[in-house]
Amino acid sequence: MSDRIERRIELKAPVSRVWRALTDYREFGEWFRVNLEGPFVEGQVSRGMITYPGYEYLKWEALVQKMEPEKLFSFTWGHVKSFDRETYTGDYSNAPATLVEFRLEPTKDGTLLTLTESGFDQLPDDFREEAFRRNDGGWTEQMKNIEKHVANSK
Amino acid sequence: MSPTRNSAAGRKRIDHALLFAALGDETRLALITKLASGEPRSISQLTAGSKLTRQAITKHLRVLETAGVVRGVREGRESRFELDARPIEGLKEYLKSVSEQWDRALGRLKAFVER
Repeated sequence: MSDRIERRIELKAPVSRVWRALTDYREFGEWFRVNLEGPFVEGQVSRGMITYPGYEYLKWEALVQKMEPEKLFSFTWGHVKSFDRETYTGDYSNAPATLVEFRLEPTKDGTLLTLTESGFDQLPDDFREEAFRRNDGGWTEQMKNIEKHVANSK
Repeated sequence: MSPTRNSAAGRKRIDHALLFAALGDETRLALITKLASGEPRSISQLTAGSKLTRQAITKHLRVLETAGVVRGVREGRESRFELDARPIEGLKEYLKSVSEQWDRALGRLKAFVER
């Protein structure tokens, strides 16, 4: 069993394009669905608000670790237990953090992007799927509910 | 956050680190597999077919017990061990949900850079 998530994805776009989509705060915000206050700077905290419909009350907070042009972009972010509107505090000061890394490699047709998120062994036990995470955790739950509903009504 | 919740979270966090450490060993993973049927097993049963001694197996079982994935149950003069999969399941579910969110975010990134 692993304490990390790893995803490799082929993108049909040059490394320079992918790098910009990852590290330009406005472009990042567009696909990630977050309204960031300012540019990513190594060693500095990036702040903003999630723009995903229904979750606009969620804060984005990450500490930028590394920006090695067209190679590596990484940050750490905290995981809080609850993303429910009622109980969400937005306080990440004591939240256990994981490390997110985006690695870029040029390929024949574009870019190989490797995403890893590691450090889940730092998280307490009660982190479950019901802990709405970031922008679309709620949707995961909804999909499951729909699946269950469909399966039950067969 | 109240102090009680804080300390509870702190305790659980240690458990989780222990859990990863406990599962990062082939012998212990093999023991988990043997216990996965749900039947409590004695140390003799768990030692059978293994090259390891009873003492060594007992040691590994204690590690799993400390991590909270295995429970020792006394039955008469013998100790039996059973699996408590809840800590593993909880973590797996959370990792799965985070993975799914990354899949969707990366899908949006792909559409964004390829358009």
